[in-house]
Amino acid sequence: MKYIDGFRDPDAARYLKREIGALAKRLAAAERTVRLMEVCGSHTMAIARYGIRQVLPENVRLLSGPGCPVCVTDAAYIDAAIALAEQGHTIATFGDMLKVPGSGRTLADARSVGGRVKVCYSPMDAIGEAEENPSREVIFLAIGFETTIPPVTAVVKAANAKGLSNISFLTAFKLVPPALEALTTDPEVKVDGFICPAHVSAIIGSDAYVPFVEKHEVPCVIAGFEPLDILMGIKGLLEQLLSGEPELVNQYSRVVKKEGNKAALALMDAHLEPADASWRGIGTIPSSGLKLRPQLRRYDAAEKFGVRLEGGTPDSRCRCGDVLKGKLLPPECPLFGKACNTLRPVGPCMVSAEGSCAAYYKYSR
Amino acid sequence: MNVLSDERILLGHGGGGRLTRDLIDNEIVSRFGKGPLQGLPDGARLGIAGGEIVFSTDSFVVAPLVFPGGDIGKLAVHGTVNDVAVSGGTPRWLSLALIIEEGLELARLRGILDSIAEAAKECGVIVATGDTKVVARGQCDGLYINTAGIGEPIEGLRPDIKKIARGDVVIASGPLGDHGMAVMAAREGLGFAQGLRSDTAPVHRLVHAAATWAEDVKFMRDPTRGGAAAVLNEIVEGRDFGVVVQETALPYSPQARAISEVLGIDLLHVASEGRLLLVCAPERARDILNAWKNLPEGKDAALIGRVTGDKGRVLLETAIGGRRMIDVPQGELLPRIC
Amino acid sequence: MCLAVPMKIVELKNDSAGVCELDGTRYDVDLSLIETPSLQEYVIVHAGFAIEKLDEAEASARLELFEGMAQAYREDETGPAGEGE
Ligand code: SF4
Repeated sequence: MKYIDGFRDPDAARYLKREIGALAKRLAAAERTVRLMEVCGSHTMAIARYGIRQVLPENVRLLSGPGCPVCVTDAAYIDAAIALAEQGHTIATFGDMLKVPGSGRTLADARSVGGRVKVCYSPMDAIGEAEENPSREVIFLAIGFETTIPPVTAVVKAANAKGLSNISFLTAFKLVPPALEALTTDPEVKVDGFICPAHVSAIIGSDAYVPFVEKHEVPCVIAGFEPLDILMGIKGLLEQLLSGEPELVNQYSRVVKKEGNKAALALMDAHLEPADASWRGIGTIPSSGLKLRPQLRRYDAAEKFGVRLEGGTPDSRCRCGDVLKGKLLPPECPLFGKACNTLRPVGPCMVSAEGSCAAYYKYSR
Repeated sequence: MNVLSDERILLGHGGGGRLTRDLIDNEIVSRFGKGPLQGLPDGARLGIAGGEIVFSTDSFVVAPLVFPGGDIGKLAVHGTVNDVAVSGGTPRWLSLALIIEEGLELARLRGILDSIAEAAKECGVIVATGDTKVVARGQCDGLYINTAGIGEPIEGLRPDIKKIARGDVVIASGPLGDHGMAVMAAREGLGFAQGLRSDTAPVHRLVHAAATWAEDVKFMRDPTRGGAAAVLNEIVEGRDFGVVVQETALPYSPQARAISEVLGIDLLHVASEGRLLLVCAPERARDILNAWKNLPEGKDAALIGRVTGDKGRVLLETAIGGRRMIDVPQGELLPRIC
Repeated sequence: MCLAVPMKIVELKNDSAGVCELDGTRYDVDLSLIETPSLQEYVIVHAGFAIEKLDEAEASARLELFEGMAQAYREDETGPAGEGE
């Protein structure tokens, strides 16, 4: 696969492992253990899939941040989606959402008792579903970070252009920079450097992180999702820590531009406006979400069906919040691997394949 | 917590992963698990007057009925032929039971029956008995097929999961996961039907080729539902050894790899319908690999892993030198965006 | 989050739709988020949408860097003082 396989070369990985080992030794000489956070769930997943943790020296720890829009989707949101399915509407969703428990049940459970749930690869599939079944409402579960928001917004735009009246969107869009900011200002969270997301950055651009880096003086590297990209990112962060000069380095320059994807940003701006968002396990972060602009409210499923997106009660024993903040490694949760496993997830981090707990459970038990 | 999932059958119960396993252990094995069903072989060996037979059955439900590289008819023949073959039998007779949904186009049914006839001929099996039922619209999805197969034991070949020992090696007969990926691509209507074909095919010639060294063939299985991951985990379950698989050695077709990257699916979890995983003594690996490579269906055969010390675990040594667990799939395979 | 794969644009249709290719598999891809898509260009595809172009010059430079590392590693390994993995 062009532009994929070359970024998985075993010998280059061994070279980088050696380099990282040497840098870590210098840090160890200063008795430093460094905590690096990968903000993005796809990094968490790649780290697990390639066994990257095992090739790192002991004093370099990787923490998994809040990186997956599925994991941080509120229990109340899932409950609302299940309730809408039970009212006879078609729920169209990315496959990732199917097994997420709300206050108890999942969309897969709802489907097993007759709920209509259509799994989409592309959000555009929801339009086809609505056109084929004009007498039925299709509700798309519009979740996602900046990467997924433009595609979903394009679907809102298409529905509007076609004048479809039997499609709506239950929005729970989330934005990465405000979450990054909230994490860094949380005194309980101690992170020495951030591996910033690849494809979120493709949309928002590397400049979006500059204020953050300047304010907090913390090393940040934008890295791709291939194993060599990640190893390079880690190497870059260690070098910054040694030099004591924190900056933002864009190591994914083959895709990420300074200004981001202007067409996508303009599309988002035309259709969406800022909103507070509730992050499962973390709480409400001001202006960390987006919702449909007033002129598009008729496509807002929450408005259309009077859905309240509050008050879900996730299992209180779940420590996802601490995991998402990087305060706890998944195996340190008392439920991990016992009451909570990928078959019967208790918390959202165990659900999505790239949830921190699931990644740990699947790949490194 | 998941009250409902405890009470109802979920789609994931059919996925070939952990849920399937639980269902079969708790509901089937508990009732029928003594006798030939013990250990859940792909096919049973039954003593009859004057000798032994190998007996197996399988049901086929697939949407769409016709997919790139095959259709439900071919699958129904190959699936059962393969179950008999990996149990050490030469497939001879098949039963054919059809459950047809009202409204299925006759032309479509004819096409599928023709492909059954063709596949049966290629495998040297005779359709000896059958049954046809029609159900009202909505009660099945077009067409379901059940086949059962009877085969004659191949002399000296008695594969048995219990024969596997530390030091043995695992061989795959060809690229893994093509069938599952091709069907998923066709079903999801992803607009990328082009490129990938199902691998549905009989494996009985591969079995015969390996039977030259029958003594050293410990175990064989076709990695269908649940993929190679399910078979490998079955091998180590409850044993004091594990399996270490080399990521760089895994045979994959470029197309299946491509689609699995796009959909975020681990190919080790994806079904093949014409492949074989075989465990043998290490000193025989070369002979069997060479024999397979001489057959068109075995030209990409590869040694993929070894039976080693790690108790009850299947580990993957990744391309970059890390290690991770290979778990059984957790039910239904779903395309991911995250 | 955000599984996305680099693919080559092999067909441009009307309405900013196109067909992209990855190792012999072809996908209908929405190109509306790309300003001026052209044939043979690489794009990053997420959930059926191209979300950004892939800059081939940058990608090649990176690949060259990694190739150099791989080579350096192999030379060190085969050299007299090989470290052994
Ligand atoms: S292991 Fe389960 S219960 Fe514990 S934090 Fe993770 S998801 Fe929550």
